[in-house]
Amino acid sequence: MSASAGTDAGLVARCRAGEEAAWAELVSRYSRYVYAIAIRAYRLEEIDAEDVFQEVFARTYEHLDRLRDDGAIRPWLGQLTRRLAIDRLRAGRREAAPPAAEMEPGAVDEALERIDDAVALRTALDMLSEPCQDVLDRFFARDESYATIAAALDIPSGTIASRISRCLAKLRIAFEGRNGAADPS
Amino acid sequence: MKRMAGYEPLPEERLAGLLAELPPAPEGWVQAAAMLPAARRELDRIVTLAEQDAEFRARTLADLESAFRAAGLEPTRALLDAARVRLEGDDRPR
Repeated sequence: MSASAGTDAGLVARCRAGEEAAWAELVSRYSRYVYAIAIRAYRLEEIDAEDVFQEVFARTYEHLDRLRDDGAIRPWLGQLTRRLAIDRLRAGRREAAPPAAEMEPGAVDEALERIDDAVALRTALDMLSEPCQDVLDRFFARDESYATIAAALDIPSGTIASRISRCLAKLRIAFEGRNGAADPS
Repeated sequence: MKRMAGYEPLPEERLAGLLAELPPAPEGWVQAAAMLPAARRELDRIVTLAEQDAEFRARTLADLESAFRAAGLEPTRALLDAARVRLEGDDRPR
């Protein structure tokens, strides 16, 4: 999300000035990121993930004045989410007997890397047309079926696969363009 | 990873996998977080009232969730914890 660093700085400044719409936009922009770290990287239970999610944004709201670099809100949120998720896991281990399933060493780091790649890809996704963003998000991120997508977008179900294929190709071009033709792997 | 019918793997396959890495957070969670400014305002109002009325304070502390719900706000644990800290902090002798 480096391309949006300036935008992030502006958004944080608006939040600090008390603009509630800006705060809602910040939450919306980073909700998936915080959620993914809690659920995918640390595999928190839903109830713990919700507490971590709310705590992250509550602390962010309280400590906006302490941010050294407004443009670095994403790494700041990431670090806070990781710290709170680890605290939650440790608390769970103290309470549970036997302890909850241990994660494989390195699994968290790998998951965090994938999430960072996904965030970069999301920036490329934002460059596509609304219909392309919508169909790709619904199919891959929201895990909706062809039938659900067809009903929601009011298009024939038989055209969904080809739309997805075309939009993925556009996404690859946009992503490679952003990353100097580097392979995302 | 979700596969499309008749879909050729890589490089789009990898992109598809990355798209799936960022599912949307539950809508209620996002809404509750987005409502934080309003929630903090309500908390300030409650604390001000509690400072003036010990009975209100005791009643509110006994059922914080209802106090926030009555104001149309989702009583998340983070918000309830913040409220308890501020209201119980008022226990000090004055």
